[in-house]
Amino acid sequence: MTDSVEIRRGVYHDSVTLMQVSQQVRTAPGVHDALIGMGTELNLGLMREVGFQVPEEAGPNDLVIALRGEDEDALAAGQDKLVAVLAELHERSRATGSTTEVAPRTIGSAARRAPGGIALISTPGQYAVLDALDAVNAGLSVMLFSDNVPLADEVALKDAAAAKDVLVMGPDCGTAVVGGAALGFANVVRPGRIGLVAASGTGAQQVMTLLDLAGEGISHCLGLGGRDLSSDVGGRSARQALKALAADEATEHVVIVSKPAAAEVVTELEQLAAELGVPVSWATLGRGLPDLTAAVEQTLTAVGAQAPTWPSWGPTEPRPSSAPSAGDALRGLYCGGTLADEAMILAEEALGPISSNIPLQGAPQVSGHDTLTGHVVIDFGDDELTQGRAHPMIDPSLRLERIRQQGEDPTCGVLLLDLVLGHGAHQDPAGELAEAVRAAREAAANRGGDLPVVVALVGTESDPQGLQDCARVLSTAGAHVFTSNAEAVRAALSHLAAPAETASTPTSTPSSILETGRTDR
Amino acid sequence: MSTTEQPLRGLLTRDPSVVAAGAGIFGDALRQQAVPVTDVEWRPPMDGTSEALARVLADPRLAEANAEALRRITAAEAELVRIAPASEVLGLKRGEFLHSGPPLTWERASGPMRGALIGAMLFEGLASTPEEAEEKLAGPDISLAPCHSRGAVGPMAGVISPSMWVFELRDPVHGNVSHCSLNEGLGKVLRYGAYSEEVITRLQWMRDVLGPVLADAVERHGPVDIRAYLPQMLQMGDEGHNRNRSATLMFLRDLLPHIVSQTDRDPADIAEVCRFVGANDHFALNLVMPACKLAMAAAKDIPGSSVVVTMARNGTDFGIQLAGTGDEWFTAPANTPEGLFLGSYGPEDANPDIGDSAITETAGMGGFVMAAAPAIVRLVGGDVDFALTTTRTMYEITLGEHPSLQVPILEFRGAPIAIDATAVARTGVLPQINTGMAGRVAGTGQVGAGLVTPPAEVFVDALQALADRAPAAG
Repeated sequence: MTDSVEIRRGVYHDSVTLMQVSQQVRTAPGVHDALIGMGTELNLGLMREVGFQVPEEAGPNDLVIALRGEDEDALAAGQDKLVAVLAELHERSRATGSTTEVAPRTIGSAARRAPGGIALISTPGQYAVLDALDAVNAGLSVMLFSDNVPLADEVALKDAAAAKDVLVMGPDCGTAVVGGAALGFANVVRPGRIGLVAASGTGAQQVMTLLDLAGEGISHCLGLGGRDLSSDVGGRSARQALKALAADEATEHVVIVSKPAAAEVVTELEQLAAELGVPVSWATLGRGLPDLTAAVEQTLTAVGAQAPTWPSWGPTEPRPSSAPSAGDALRGLYCGGTLADEAMILAEEALGPISSNIPLQGAPQVSGHDTLTGHVVIDFGDDELTQGRAHPMIDPSLRLERIRQQGEDPTCGVLLLDLVLGHGAHQDPAGELAEAVRAAREAAANRGGDLPVVVALVGTESDPQGLQDCARVLSTAGAHVFTSNAEAVRAALSHLAAPAETASTPTSTPSSILETGRTDR
Repeated sequence: MSTTEQPLRGLLTRDPSVVAAGAGIFGDALRQQAVPVTDVEWRPPMDGTSEALARVLADPRLAEANAEALRRITAAEAELVRIAPASEVLGLKRGEFLHSGPPLTWERASGPMRGALIGAMLFEGLASTPEEAEEKLAGPDISLAPCHSRGAVGPMAGVISPSMWVFELRDPVHGNVSHCSLNEGLGKVLRYGAYSEEVITRLQWMRDVLGPVLADAVERHGPVDIRAYLPQMLQMGDEGHNRNRSATLMFLRDLLPHIVSQTDRDPADIAEVCRFVGANDHFALNLVMPACKLAMAAAKDIPGSSVVVTMARNGTDFGIQLAGTGDEWFTAPANTPEGLFLGSYGPEDANPDIGDSAITETAGMGGFVMAAAPAIVRLVGGDVDFALTTTRTMYEITLGEHPSLQVPILEFRGAPIAIDATAVARTGVLPQINTGMAGRVAGTGQVGAGLVTPPAEVFVDALQALADRAPAAG
């Protein structure tokens, strides 16, 4: 085995592109590993962790190429592959303009060329606030996808935005739909009368897709970032979003989708909505509160529409009452943090505390890298598991590997998964997921067991991946597929050999949604 | 709550258009939806600038301060009002010399700077040999100060001594005054560090004949509108830094009747003045520079502004000043230009970057409008595409476009004007400077011409100083 580490100055590519480049270079003959990235502390750490000798002088403005191969020939093959992949990228960029045309280097510059509109910022977190300030100063509203933005910066940024009468959606905002344009991870939903204000990415996607399945459309979905409804940020963006939707002719009703929110912020928004005269319903996750599906059903009633039977696919036969050699543990492997939260809230009623890398208050914290034992729900989209790699909705490999492992684990009683479709997500997520599901189920069968698999499929027929197609692929692999995450969770619970209680009886009835706050975020 | 009718500036009613910075997949997803997307060619900011940038960009004064700077720079005018000895108009006393760039001591002076100072000592009669001049220059009786500290500018070594005649330009809009020496031509000349007898003889002739004749001509003509030359230069294929042919001839055209009508003078002197000015393609550089200085002087001392008002080099250090940081210099070792060399000179003969002439780039001329002067690219070793790309790139680090300095080949787009230090740090794009190259060894003179950029560190330091002056966050 031999290593090479090279530093290139004056070359920059974004992290997703470089991950794709790394993946392609790994396919070169004899190459065992390729870590190609900008020399950020994080990337350099990853390289050193796996044993590469990276020179001290490498900095965030340098492209660092770390290759490991069987021998010198393998390294040369890796280099050749890299040259080819970079050349292809270069060709693609040249094809888009004349040789002397210069792309804008800053958002401010781009805004000067084409004024108005939205800035979609997914630059690394430590720089993102600079880009966001630039956008705000240029009079653009911002969807700030980047995370790791300090709280104080978020507050300052949102104050600056309010002064300029522009909206900052984020930081850590994954989903928005503005004027029909799906930004970040977002589903293709029909246009309509319901506006969303969302401090939760996959939560918003669940609400939007269910409304779409019920025949209702969305006017706009304005993301806020997960912290906006906390006491610290105080609903700064939510207030602006609510006012804008109240003034919007297309919007008749507003749904506020949120992870656990601060009570005083909720009260304040209720008061603001009353002043603005816009009817508001809440889809806020929390113990003792309606799940997202129930909240959507309440919203539908509020606008005078009917909730349909939420589509599902898969085994129609009722499950045998006693599974021959099934284990007894719930294993939820999620990409969407809010969906994982909802799963834990519903499951703990039946199973007691659920271990997680994002545990509910009072539940055990485990690492997503640990071997799973007992009832566990893991969020693969959490920072812990996205360090140095793309979100699992883009790069599902880590979760797929975990799914396969569960087939070999006799303690795994049921596998609960989500699959979120839409723009920004993987192009063929169902195919790869179905393969992993099939492998897991085969492994279980080989050891004489049976592994039920339940999937919450969040999407619409208009999504680039197509809801029906994905559902069919997954159900063919043996998964039971639900469009409602809450229904999927209940179905998963019904598969467990000895549920402590039926899902319908809450174990506790907290009066405040604050009590559902996580232990350590 | 807002001046616009719709909340959020009409965000929810307008057809969506998106500027995307970061991961490419999100822009691609929008294109698939037929949403117009502009991708930003994003890079991390310069090392060590993130925190200062955050402070400066969050400074509530920034936008208005920079808008004010841009207004003043583009509103500035420049008239040549008189030509007179530096002792008169700058109050320079015997033994006082001005030089280019940030402050400098004799000990740190480079070869060409030393050569020019030696020449000035000889010219002023303060020494009779170069050795004697050097000895005195190292002593306590000679004082050095940057041209910029007196509102003046000097090309290359930029040495101004009391007996040298200087142009005096005035900005009637803002009331500022600036000065620059008279241009000596190319080759063995004082500003490139040459001090041979030929050099001193020419300086004496300039003092005794050229200065007085031109001064009379200007007096007879009345104020000469130098600012009006600048847009015309761009239309005529000059960029005002390394090519000044058109402005030189325009200047001569304006003054010629008032030169030849000086019948009380020796006709041979009159003829020599006309020949000297007309034959020196760079003569107008010394008019363009103070005109640019006046534009930038108008933007000095605007609290909170990140506009670069000075870029200057003394052959040792490169220095910049910002509108928001007063007279403070931010300096780092000057880079050495790259380009083409005269005769048998090569890169090893070139001195690090020198001269106040980067005031032209600071004011949107020179390297910033290289696209307007395609002929320049051969002098500086590039091709026409390079010139176009360079000018287009400079828009990425400037606040605006000059309403009257227009680049014909870019559809008469205004020149990129008002360098924004925050944009430089965020993009890593450094200002492009077209420049001459002086010989490293004192007395050599010019060895070539080419391209150079400031050292990045000066922007890092300047931003930190601006951040230190920003109001506390919150």
